[in-house]
Amino acid sequence: MTDTPVDEMSFEQAMKELESVVNRLEHGDVALDDSIALYERGAALKARCEAKLKEAEEKVAKITLGADGAPTGTAPLDAG
Amino acid sequence: MDLFEEPNDNAHEFSVSEISGAIKRTLEGEFGNVRVKGEVGRVVIARTGHMYFDLKDDRSVIASVSWKGQVSKLSHMPEEGMEVVATGRLTTFGPQSKYQLNVEDIRPAGAGALMAMLEKRKAALAAEGLFATERKRPLPYLPEVIGVVTSPTGAVIRDILHRLRDRFPRKVLVWPVAVQGKDCAPQVAHAIEGFNQMTPGGALPRPDVIIVARGGGSIEDLWGFNEEIVVRAAAASQIPLISAVGHETDTTLIDYASDMRAPTPTAAAELAVPVRLELLNWVENQGMRLTRSGTQAVTLRQQRLSDLSRAMPKATELLEGPSQRLDILSDKLDNALRDFTRQKRLKLTEASGHLRPSVLTNRIAEQNRRLDDRSARLAPALARGTRQHRRDFTALTSRIRPAALKEKTALLSERLVPLARRLTDHANRDLADRKAKLTALDRLRLTLGYESTLQRGYAVIRDGDKVITTTKEAKSASALEIQFADGRITLDDTPKAAPKAKKPKPPEQGSLF
Repeated sequence: MTDTPVDEMSFEQAMKELESVVNRLEHGDVALDDSIALYERGAALKARCEAKLKEAEEKVAKITLGADGAPTGTAPLDAG
Repeated sequence: MDLFEEPNDNAHEFSVSEISGAIKRTLEGEFGNVRVKGEVGRVVIARTGHMYFDLKDDRSVIASVSWKGQVSKLSHMPEEGMEVVATGRLTTFGPQSKYQLNVEDIRPAGAGALMAMLEKRKAALAAEGLFATERKRPLPYLPEVIGVVTSPTGAVIRDILHRLRDRFPRKVLVWPVAVQGKDCAPQVAHAIEGFNQMTPGGALPRPDVIIVARGGGSIEDLWGFNEEIVVRAAAASQIPLISAVGHETDTTLIDYASDMRAPTPTAAAELAVPVRLELLNWVENQGMRLTRSGTQAVTLRQQRLSDLSRAMPKATELLEGPSQRLDILSDKLDNALRDFTRQKRLKLTEASGHLRPSVLTNRIAEQNRRLDDRSARLAPALARGTRQHRRDFTALTSRIRPAALKEKTALLSERLVPLARRLTDHANRDLADRKAKLTALDRLRLTLGYESTLQRGYAVIRDGDKVITTTKEAKSASALEIQFADGRITLDDTPKAAPKAKKPKPPEQGSLF
């Protein structure tokens, strides 16, 4: 298990952690108290994964460039 | 006839500059825009930024020049040995009677030449380690922001955006660049560097992955992605970079420097993000497994608990045996007590039968008898003891003998006599020594005193107690007394001037004269 708080995990971290939690629980040799804690952690990880997946939002912008070629900001892109 | 008459000729006479100018005009007029194919010879870039090089074939050489401003616009830089087609105009350099080709653009002559050059460049960059596998960075699993370097218009960006939307809609930042022509390479390199310069959380979100994409085209169209600055920028990128230039069969040098090569722009989008629906399914599945295994952890234990409790005997069963034993025992208890009392009473009766006063009086009489007997033996025993002690005392006193003491005294007296003698002897000897030393010292004293000088004929003259040492004193003296060795005489006042009077002598010092 990593020390990173679940709320700060990347999707990939949370995903790997969730997989390992599920595997351990399914293996069935965890003490009851531990298995409850593990279950709660798994639930938190699943929520984190879902949250990251819900962030699926499309935002497309084009960088606008100044005369010197340095970026000045963004503009909506109409790619057609 | 004029000796200096010119030959009979109508030809115009030029000055050098005139003819030089005329040649210039002619050349520039005639060859104002030419394409020349040849091999590049030595290339020199002067400090001024102008580039001088030769174009040659097997028989001729033509000096070529590109001015500083033109050099930056060349679509290809000439390299020695390269077959090129140079476009430009002929011009002359009057001061040195030279003509040269002012080159405005250079293109490799034919695909073969281009490929040869590409191979050479690839080998050089590979030797620098720019394509090394260990430089490659892994692509992020799920990037938040995707930077796309491509043309803002056209199918490529559309394909990428469509595919991203299908798989996993993300934030996309498009950095518009020219994807062909001479502006392509510097703009692409600049875009890669620009994305890298963005700070995470800055005004513009820094991409987690960069896609450099371009649709298919001829080798010349794709050439910008072979340029060294693009390759270097891609290799230096801290952000993982996917290259997707041309079709699957087209390979440009950026593909070697990128962290991942995608065969098409659409494939690049697929490499960049996972499929959201699949992930949702996966998470759902994990959630189900989690719940199932969580529930199972409890149900399995419940099952086990009930199994175990079923195996446990009932509380009433546990008590049946003991309570029966209790019944039996409590039945026995009453009888047991009665029997016990009966037995004890029997014993008491037996014992009390023997309990009579005669038993006690007999014992007292017996004790009295023993007392009388002991007191009778007491007085004789004391007398006997005293007698014994007196005998012992007499025996001890008889063993004290004075003879032993006397012997010891005699022995010590004997040892005392010689010691006393040695003490006396020693004292006598010491006394005699001291006497002898005293006599000797006295003798010494006498020899050192003035009296001894008197023996040798000197005399001491005195007036009373005062010693006279001068005639003046003698004349003023009231009476003179002379001491000789054998005694003293006193002279009267009258024979004062007796010339025979010995010169008075100082008692001590006089002995020297």
